[in-house]
Amino acid sequence: MTEILWHGRGGQGAFTAARLLGAAYALHEGRYALAFPSFGPERRGAPIRAFTKLDARPIGDRSEIEKADFSIFLDDTLFGEQAFSQLKPNGKILLNTKRHWEDPKIVFLNAEAIALEILGLSITNTVMLGAFSAVFDGITSDDIVEVIHENMPKKLQEKNIAAALAARRAILQEK
Amino acid sequence: MARKFLSGNEAFAEGIRLSKPQVISAYPITPQTIVVEKLSEMVENGSLKAEFIHVESEHSALSCAMGASAVGARAFTATSSQGLLYMAECLTYAAGGRFPIVMMNANRSTALPWNIYGDQRDSLSQLDCGWIQVYAKDAQEALDLALMSYYVAEHREVSTPFMVNLDGFVLTHTYETVDVPTEEQANRFLPAFESDHKLDLDHPCNLAFSAGPEHNSAFKYKEHVGILKAKGVVAQAEEKFAEIFGREYTGLTENYRIKDAEYVLVTLGSIFGLAKETVDRLRERGQKAGLIRIRYMRPFPAEEIAEAVRNAKAVAVLEKDISFGYEGTVYTNVNSALQKAGISLPTVNFIGGLGGKNISGEDIEEIFEELKEGYRGVKFMGIGGDGQWRR
Repeated sequence: MTEILWHGRGGQGAFTAARLLGAAYALHEGRYALAFPSFGPERRGAPIRAFTKLDARPIGDRSEIEKADFSIFLDDTLFGEQAFSQLKPNGKILLNTKRHWEDPKIVFLNAEAIALEILGLSITNTVMLGAFSAVFDGITSDDIVEVIHENMPKKLQEKNIAAALAARRAILQEK
Repeated sequence: MARKFLSGNEAFAEGIRLSKPQVISAYPITPQTIVVEKLSEMVENGSLKAEFIHVESEHSALSCAMGASAVGARAFTATSSQGLLYMAECLTYAAGGRFPIVMMNANRSTALPWNIYGDQRDSLSQLDCGWIQVYAKDAQEALDLALMSYYVAEHREVSTPFMVNLDGFVLTHTYETVDVPTEEQANRFLPAFESDHKLDLDHPCNLAFSAGPEHNSAFKYKEHVGILKAKGVVAQAEEKFAEIFGREYTGLTENYRIKDAEYVLVTLGSIFGLAKETVDRLRERGQKAGLIRIRYMRPFPAEEIAEAVRNAKAVAVLEKDISFGYEGTVYTNVNSALQKAGISLPTVNFIGGLGGKNISGEDIEEIFEELKEGYRGVKFMGIGGDGQWRR
């Protein structure tokens, strides 16, 4: 099972990204996904987490992820040392940041710049979804196009697809 | 059939859309709200042709559904927790009036302390009010139960209201892959609701009347028989369901690796998935663990449970509930089933998940471990047993 932990602030769309990822993975037969937010009252700007679990068989464990394969930060003000203790041994962190990081566990990009350029807003959820698809083999660019078409309002679709695919290309070029 | 990625609430709303209720009356409450929102959207966009009635409370929601049912309309409502409790007066009215209303309840803790998270104290506290009660394990079963609930509730021999329970948040708010049937399939499965007992100017009859000491017992006996007959109708519904939709269900319980099991866990709701994974892990280590999921709490699967544990060494009951001053209600029911079948086994009641507290795979392993001790009684998980700390 691949477990993905999303970190964001209320209003940044972390749960939407967690849900889109699960839906994208489960587009194909024989694949299963669970996606859920940290439950409870929500406030704009407050730190929130969201969870996606992906597997080749039905997933029984509905509890929150304690150790992730990937931990994705939509907002680097939420990132700190504690992030490493929430990772499995080969786990990776995917970070939206303006800074440069040398740590091999950290994959970073300036998602905000991509979001501002393509969406005209600093909403980075679909950008980070695209970036994730570049570090995880199970999601193709076609899956991203399809899942956004199926799950987002029509007027948001093309821009979000463009933003997600731009982030995917940016990470693949770095590799 | 369409493969979709839906939450438990959304999947259930799809099931209700396919069941085509004519009247929906509901009041929103966390964590049920999304069901009501989705249905009102469906009514608004025309994909569900129903009268959506905005009511001022849960008491009114169920009263309204009864009024609709009394004229022969298919009625739906949904609630949770304090909403269900506020509705309690009407629960026995609907059952005694034999109105086959379907209600979805998002299982949530009851106040005080105030808490919006999932446990099963709300619905289990209303076990005696005359409703059929079923507990879903995942979003697919939730959708399927929406369709099956009307089939069973409206059956002439049953004519009993039907409560479908979904664990709050862990089921209602978790997204997973769900097959959404076509309308054509749903129409083939679910006949139109027809009742001889309705408010009809051409054929007047008396409904929702009073009955004094002389006749009261007979009415209550008939109510009891109606809910008992649901058992056979559930089997009939599931057979037809499997033919049309290709998914099989197993009646009042679902067993897992039970055949040669020495230690058996009995539980209900969405914890089943995790319990199955835990049983697999224990089996790999050579431990003979088995599992029973109670699907229906009413009618209660007494024979099914007794038969399944006859050769076991001990039985654990895990429930998100406590009847204060005694034990968990599910445990009481399970013990009664064993006693009637002449089975005398050590049984232990594990009270867990109250107010949404997470139950982990390790917690479930611990249950199987403690079951070997031969203890009989109640344990609050992570706290202790029968008023004292044991560990």
